[in-house]
Amino acid sequence: MPNLLAARTLMALSLGFHIVFAAIGMAMPVLMVLAEARWRRHRDPIDKLLAQRWAKGTAILFAIGAVSGTALSFELGLLWPTFMRHAGPLVGMPFSLEGFAFFLEAIFLGLYLYGRDRLGPRAHLFACAMVAVCGMASGALVIAANAWMNTPQGFDARIGGVLHSIQSPEDWPVGARLAAAEVVEIRPWQAMFNPAFLTQAGHMLVAALAAVALAVAGVHAAMLRRDPENGFHRRALQLTLPLALAGAVAMPVTGDLAAKHLAKHQPLKLAAMEAHFHTERGAGLLVGGLPDAETRATTGALHLPKLLSILAFADPDAEVRGLDAFDRDQWPPLAVTHLAFDLMVGCGMAMLLVTALGWWLARRETLWRRPGLLRVLAWSAPLGFVAIEAGWTVTEVGRQPWIIRGMMRTAEAVTPMPHRGVPLLAFVVLYAVLGAVCAALLRYHVFHSPTTAQLAAGEADHA
Amino acid sequence: MLDAAALPALPTVFGALITVALWVYALTAGADFGGGVWDLLARGPRKDAQRQVIARAIGPIWEANHVWLILVVVLLFVAFPPAFAAILTALHVPLVAMLMGITLRGAAFVFRSYGPATGPWQRWGTVFAVSSTVTPILLGVVLGAVSSGALQLGPDLTVQTDFVSEWLAPFPWALGVMVLALFAWLAAVYLCVAADDPDLQDDFRRRAVAANLVFGAAAGVAALASIQGAPHRFQVRFGSARAWLMQAVTALVALLAVAALLRRLFRLARALAVVQVTLVVAAWVVAQDGQLLVGQLGLAQAAAPASILAPVAVALALGSLLLVPAFAWLYRLQARH
Repeated sequence: MPNLLAARTLMALSLGFHIVFAAIGMAMPVLMVLAEARWRRHRDPIDKLLAQRWAKGTAILFAIGAVSGTALSFELGLLWPTFMRHAGPLVGMPFSLEGFAFFLEAIFLGLYLYGRDRLGPRAHLFACAMVAVCGMASGALVIAANAWMNTPQGFDARIGGVLHSIQSPEDWPVGARLAAAEVVEIRPWQAMFNPAFLTQAGHMLVAALAAVALAVAGVHAAMLRRDPENGFHRRALQLTLPLALAGAVAMPVTGDLAAKHLAKHQPLKLAAMEAHFHTERGAGLLVGGLPDAETRATTGALHLPKLLSILAFADPDAEVRGLDAFDRDQWPPLAVTHLAFDLMVGCGMAMLLVTALGWWLARRETLWRRPGLLRVLAWSAPLGFVAIEAGWTVTEVGRQPWIIRGMMRTAEAVTPMPHRGVPLLAFVVLYAVLGAVCAALLRYHVFHSPTTAQLAAGEADHA
Repeated sequence: MLDAAALPALPTVFGALITVALWVYALTAGADFGGGVWDLLARGPRKDAQRQVIARAIGPIWEANHVWLILVVVLLFVAFPPAFAAILTALHVPLVAMLMGITLRGAAFVFRSYGPATGPWQRWGTVFAVSSTVTPILLGVVLGAVSSGALQLGPDLTVQTDFVSEWLAPFPWALGVMVLALFAWLAAVYLCVAADDPDLQDDFRRRAVAANLVFGAAAGVAALASIQGAPHRFQVRFGSARAWLMQAVTALVALLAVAALLRRLFRLARALAVVQVTLVVAAWVVAQDGQLLVGQLGLAQAAAPASILAPVAVALALGSLLLVPAFAWLYRLQARH
């Protein structure tokens, strides 16, 4: 396997693995806060039990996230030393702040997990809320750094003896290389609040909430099918489905903002996502199909007239730049970007449908009597995570061949270390084992959740 | 108005911050690793009780302690990017091995803690213990290679490396054993304080003394290895009366800590052990001779522009205002166990 491909594969694997745990670390505390707050208000022991059980799962998954995140922070330098050497200080502010956010998240999770009987009730709830806040902040800050790679700005650089002030990504002289430039001045806040930051972070945080809430709902739905009277699982669905629905509704809204950002700032990525070859007014949207860079056509796609212009610019006759507006050597891999995008959107739509239906029936207390729908919910559990993985594939593969768009190519950034296939294989095995063991451990705990009989006997606390 | 010239230079501030983060990492996460070593070496009639004390001491805090290492990495690439790129390129192999150790260890610890209390899940305890033992050695190898002066930079500050010779040498590995023994020593002393049963305290007391002996021996071997393997370092560490005085003070503190242990003055022993680790870290800083890569790259030469260092320093100061009380709260909660 070529060295560059091995490095990219390992990075993708590590990110793809970590992102599952990162999303859980952001969203599970929100669910725990909901359960804890309800327990305070109604003093229903089921809520307390739910918070305890969710906390157990969160503790397991957070630990895996903490170590896989550590691996990632090293891998940035192990795999892309040239990137970090030139960009490290430029993304320094979000990464430094992220360090603190993650610190606080870990500390407050420790306080929450071990403080149940040792802290006052308000301090305990506060610790839980802080885990949620810090987890979200930490996620948003990492995304600020990633967004900078998409829309880099916020520094002055001397390029071939001439000083350029990069106030926006467009200020970078076309063809110049960051590795050959001298960065003389950094504006950390302008770099951090780059054009892609808010839309990307908003979309990801919402996606994490929706994905995790639906996954948890799916697990409880599966258990409810075995034990339909179980108040524990019913309450879990009542708490998770509203959040899952809210997230599923917010996903297309934030996604639309992200698309409009792309149309303005990263038109090539949008064109690749949509397999949009030819610049035109009133551009149609292609769903599915296989884009072919040679023939510059997409075969087998469903064509929806004018929709792309509407999505990109809120105007049915707006001109949308196609791939033909850019040099061929700048195109990202088209098929992967386009199909991953469609997969993400497809999952998002399915989530909207499932969560809306589930929420409505749970509100009317009739969901429990519909085993078919419970089964659908259970099978929908992974949808949000599939959408997240697909979405990150879109933004990462869609940025290729650049690691910093327009400034540094991925091939320039890669480590000279030979035999990159060896660590790749080692990490594949490691992550496969950890993933499988983690799943088995969660399964064990799910199957040891309280039964109706135990709840009735008040034994669940000791179960 | 503050006189800018009177303030320490920003690169020095960041050099100090990285050192402080490493120091706290050694004192906290280091002891968590050491706990794993004693889990691996748990023996005798109180084997299970030993493991329980260790697990209770690590349980609520290891993830938070662990973040200091992430802070070291972040500070290094924000403040000294050429050094970061050079280290992560040349020491790729031991670093990847260390990462696998960190990952396996953290995962194995939760698998054991949250898995069924009996049966095959408890075998993750072995994985936890073995990886807790291997990882500090690799950390020491990396630190040893960095301070040996073996990393060679080209004219554009790009590292010239064969990816092996920098770390596959006696000196880095002697330092690896030193780090392992130091972490094990620290853990055993902390565990003497944490254990409330006198027999258990005796178990950990014996282990502590043994670990500190190994540490002393490894330090001697490292010193010998540095004559060839890290000549600049040897010069700084043994070339002056002041350097010898520092060695003598460290040795004295180590002996006093052992004496305190033998007299069952566990809290005093803990304080002395912390001083000992502090002196060891200080000696490492002195041996770095104000440079990132000895003989190759100075702090100022590698530093990022002041326009990023100053705001990050302010952000770190403000962040500490949240971090310190939060940590204090967590440690107080843990002490009430």
